[in-house]
Amino acid sequence: MSVRAIVLSGYGFNSDPELAEAFRMAGAAPVRLHLSDLLADPALLSGASIVALPGGFSFGDHLGSAQVVANLLRTRLAAALSEHHARGGLTLGICNGFQALVKSGFLPWPESGERSVTLVHNESGRFVDDWVRVSFDATGACAWTRGLSPRELPVRHGEGRFVARDAAVLERLEREGLVALRYEGRNPNGSTGGIAGLRDPSGRVIGLMPHPEAFLAPENHPGRRRGFDGGTGLAFFENSVKAAAAAL
Amino acid sequence: MRIETSYLDPALDGRAASLSASASVRLGFPVRVVLVDAILVDRPLPSGPCVDAFVDPVVQVAEVDAWAAERPALAGWSTLIEVAWRPGVTDTLALTAREALEFALGRDAVGGVRFSTARQFLVYGELGPEGREGLAASLHNPLVQTAMVLDAAEWAAGARPPTAHAAPGVHDPAEPAWFDLAGMDDAALERLSAERTLALSRGELAAIRAHYADPETRRRREGAGLPPLASDVELEMLAQTWSEHCKHKIFNADIECRAPEGSRTIRSLFKTCIRATTEALAPSKPFLRSVFTDNAGVVVFHPGQALCVKAETHNSPSALDPYGGAITGIVGVNRDVLGTGMGAKPIFNTDVLCFAPPDTPDDEVPEGLIAPRDVLAGVHRGIVDGGNQSGIPTVAGAFLFDESWLGKPLVFCGTGGVMPEFLDGKPSWEKEIRPGDLAVMLGGRVGKDGIHGATFSSQALDESSPVGAVQIGDPIIQKRMTDFLLEARDAGLYRFVTDNGAGGLSSSLGEMARECGGVRVDLDACPLKYPGLSPWEILVSESQERMSLAVPPESLAAFMSLAALRGVEASVVGEFLDSGLVELRANGGKAVGLLPLDFLHDGLPVLSLKADLRLDSRAAEPVPARADWTEALLGILAEPNVASKECWIRQYDHEVQARSIEKPMVGIRRDAPGDGAVLRADLGNFKGYTVTHGICPRYAEDDASRMAACAVDEAYRAHVALGGDPERAALLDNFCWPDPVESEAVPDGAAKLGALVRACEGLSEACLAYGLPLVSGKDSMKNDARAGGRTISSRPTLLVTLAGAIDDIRKASSTDFLEAGELVYLLGATPGALGGSMLERIDGAARRARNVAGPRYGRAPVPDFAAAKALYATVHKGISGRMLRSCHDLSDGGLAVALAESCLGGRLGIVARVDGLPGLDPGAPDYAARALFAEDPSRFVVSVRRVDRERFETTFAAHPFRLLGVLEDGPRFEIRRGGEALVSTTLDALESAFKTPLAGGGRR
Repeated sequence: MSVRAIVLSGYGFNSDPELAEAFRMAGAAPVRLHLSDLLADPALLSGASIVALPGGFSFGDHLGSAQVVANLLRTRLAAALSEHHARGGLTLGICNGFQALVKSGFLPWPESGERSVTLVHNESGRFVDDWVRVSFDATGACAWTRGLSPRELPVRHGEGRFVARDAAVLERLEREGLVALRYEGRNPNGSTGGIAGLRDPSGRVIGLMPHPEAFLAPENHPGRRRGFDGGTGLAFFENSVKAAAAAL
Repeated sequence: MRIETSYLDPALDGRAASLSASASVRLGFPVRVVLVDAILVDRPLPSGPCVDAFVDPVVQVAEVDAWAAERPALAGWSTLIEVAWRPGVTDTLALTAREALEFALGRDAVGGVRFSTARQFLVYGELGPEGREGLAASLHNPLVQTAMVLDAAEWAAGARPPTAHAAPGVHDPAEPAWFDLAGMDDAALERLSAERTLALSRGELAAIRAHYADPETRRRREGAGLPPLASDVELEMLAQTWSEHCKHKIFNADIECRAPEGSRTIRSLFKTCIRATTEALAPSKPFLRSVFTDNAGVVVFHPGQALCVKAETHNSPSALDPYGGAITGIVGVNRDVLGTGMGAKPIFNTDVLCFAPPDTPDDEVPEGLIAPRDVLAGVHRGIVDGGNQSGIPTVAGAFLFDESWLGKPLVFCGTGGVMPEFLDGKPSWEKEIRPGDLAVMLGGRVGKDGIHGATFSSQALDESSPVGAVQIGDPIIQKRMTDFLLEARDAGLYRFVTDNGAGGLSSSLGEMARECGGVRVDLDACPLKYPGLSPWEILVSESQERMSLAVPPESLAAFMSLAALRGVEASVVGEFLDSGLVELRANGGKAVGLLPLDFLHDGLPVLSLKADLRLDSRAAEPVPARADWTEALLGILAEPNVASKECWIRQYDHEVQARSIEKPMVGIRRDAPGDGAVLRADLGNFKGYTVTHGICPRYAEDDASRMAACAVDEAYRAHVALGGDPERAALLDNFCWPDPVESEAVPDGAAKLGALVRACEGLSEACLAYGLPLVSGKDSMKNDARAGGRTISSRPTLLVTLAGAIDDIRKASSTDFLEAGELVYLLGATPGALGGSMLERIDGAARRARNVAGPRYGRAPVPDFAAAKALYATVHKGISGRMLRSCHDLSDGGLAVALAESCLGGRLGIVARVDGLPGLDPGAPDYAARALFAEDPSRFVVSVRRVDRERFETTFAAHPFRLLGVLEDGPRFEIRRGGEALVSTTLDALESAFKTPLAGGGRR
């Protein structure tokens, strides 16, 4: 039985095709699902092992990045998403999807739903497209990042600067080990503590600014002619599919 | 009701930090700016859901009917500037605000509510009256926005920004106006054309008058219940359809040429130079599918996938509103591929931008024109938002600078899209309309925006240019429409699609009507942004994000319900017929126009023009001798045309869609320029596409034919340098010309038209020689501005965009050197042409500052097609066999610049020798200048492993080459001839020259 991965699309999300392709390459059966279809029938989540929110500019980020989708997650999809989580499903948000997960309160503590961290405009005030080195929580606590060696991934965002509401939140994140990805060396957006991605305490929910789904072939890497450390972004998806398959 | 959002801790707002920095630079003293965003609602709504919808409570705070400016945390500001959209201008944030509250409160609760937005800038630090004015001016464009400026004292006295914005004040007559053309003489007709911005010539007006006087026309009109008079709706439709923008009258004109070799007449440059070229190549280019007929050219490089390519210009709108003009240019050209065949998904954008130098002093910018640095910043921001928000990677492009672009910038926006080669077993590039199919308008609503865009771009810019010509595009509405359209395509819900661009419904439905032989347009059925538009305005409005479709009646219900589910507006606005007529109805179904299709499309008289093809015979000056050429090289690297654009390029998303292989910035530190883009065609295999450009406007000063030939060569050799297949590439031609029609205002029109003829002939010759078919193109013929008592005309400029095939992206090459110890060769001959070179440009800088023309260093370069073609085939073998470790084509600045760039890319030093360059006379007195900086085309700098030396020299034995030197670890960068060091510097010095800041990067 194959792992079913729902990749949301529509309303200005734009990285859903390559995210679906990443899951396909990792061995899952991806389905792109328009958010309007899901709003019409939230039960559509019930057959999925993985729910993924892609990058993009949902609703233009006009009211703040992922602001509208975050509100929809809180007001219209909270029950379906919680049920998916409680069932042992995996949840992923990349870039705009990460912004949606934190702004809806689904990360870092899905059970409380409290909004305690967010992503704001880059310190430079500018959109940035570059490749950055990130390290992962490789311990095994996170289903998505276990065993991953540091590697370079593309980032491309205008609002990726991670901030916590206060020092206590930050301290708790670190204490509970919820920082799943950290920028190494260069911090492209001024994120507090170089935080590039967060997981929830179960290790099944993750959100991150870098784009592993844009690094599915070694040739995507800017050092393709010189060789480079670490693998592609595919390992990240293979991890999740393995974890989801084990739970089937 | 007014809801304001501000940051609890203003230091967390990166936008404000960047704005503070750029404002401080502009003002010359430090200031701090804080941003407040406001949403205005014209009636009270429950405040809880509003705050939830608009505010991120972790870092922001909302004020409902209260002022963020009075928050204690924000105290101490000296000046408040509030910028809002003028009534009627698209306010994209307000559209999203409405949608957010529709989700929260239900559609009915916000049904009649009007939303608008404003942005407030709180400024800390004393500005003084001049600083206030200057800062306010830099924060808004008065054409589309208003700015309210208050100081702290005025605030204390009770002055406040508005809590509601005026509704668009549109009071146009709903009834069409009728004109008795028969009773008008030529002068009266010309007045009518000028008053209504019809941009019709005397001959065209006479043809229209004759049409209405024709008894057959009268009989037909009587039968339809129409008077013999012409309605404004009809005149506007004719003017849009017959505009230079839509009909390319100059490219289709009869041209009497005065040439050195004698006189001759050309009947249509398009037919003789462009179309004939592709037709001649078609038998040997089996990848061609659809050329010149659709919105974009269609080729199949890889079986199973059709590639659609198109490039457009958006110069006039970008001159008036750089941000709005550029964003509309991008999303507009994306609609071109979306509207090609059955609809293609855009997979890349390109942009080539031509501006006056960003350091042009303000007092040299004529009244009425925007300062070049602000044009650059605005256009750049438009491309960042337009491309990034659409989810389309910006993969290639260029920034060029020249004084001649002070009048109008040139904004070339290109795009490529893919669709399955076959849809439901039918070729995807074919489409049809049958009588009885419904005319459906998809996307945004119709407003006054963009009215007269097509006729306006066909004129020179002056003070009376219509405000309505500017539109603000919304990439998100278009992205949503794109997703829906591709879904509807795959479900087979429509038969025909095309974009709504210049001329609006008038152009799209007018063109579509030719497919089946007629259309009835019900203007009443078009959804409007606000009431009060005249029927003609609805017909020609260029409101953005719209497509026109033909939907068979049996699919209509499914089409409409899918559109509603996806939140995309669709309206049936007419029906296709086979009557041979365009029938226009409005105001309760009344007939307001009736135009026979054959007159509408073929009734316009052919222009007769005169061209002078003789070349300017200004004498060449000798190149001043220099003992050391290091300064010249560093000067060229720092010149804005060559210097690094990384700070701007990094703001373009070039990774989305996961196709990116060869990126805009390359090398070990990713800060050296590449030759173009390589991207994956499909994530499931290794096939790919190359995208490159050729543009050499400075060569046109000598001969536009050489400019064109060199532009083709530049795009083609870059394709080859990336590893592309020399046999599989297609070109787009984009001409941006100064007005080439001789008149009182344009006394040198014949010479400008002569340059156009020469450029077309040079283009054709190069394409035929190389086997490169032209598949689509565009021309923009009025790139002049009359302002401050002078006319500023663009250089004649041809952009060649190439899309090509690469069979294995794993073998794609790049420009940066890889390893110390490897050998560096120059490939190709160096006859030594310096005319129009970068050396000529930097040597002329001092003279140009005194308004004196710079020196001419002789003729412009010219390709040797046969030698180049043979070389390219061998280079391709060298790259696909992985013998060439790097390959960089030589362009601006010649050998010295290319070598410097490749060394910077690999951070490797070299001592290069340029003795005995093939093709260059060793006895020439200016040998050094020509060896270093000549811009002869068809040359490459390549590197190979030492062990491959013999294999390399055997492989390239039939071609000119020269071993330049050996790469070394270390900072030395030297170029020597004999015992003489021509250039002696370090990699650090090259880097610091190359990274000379141009204008501080784009401001957000």
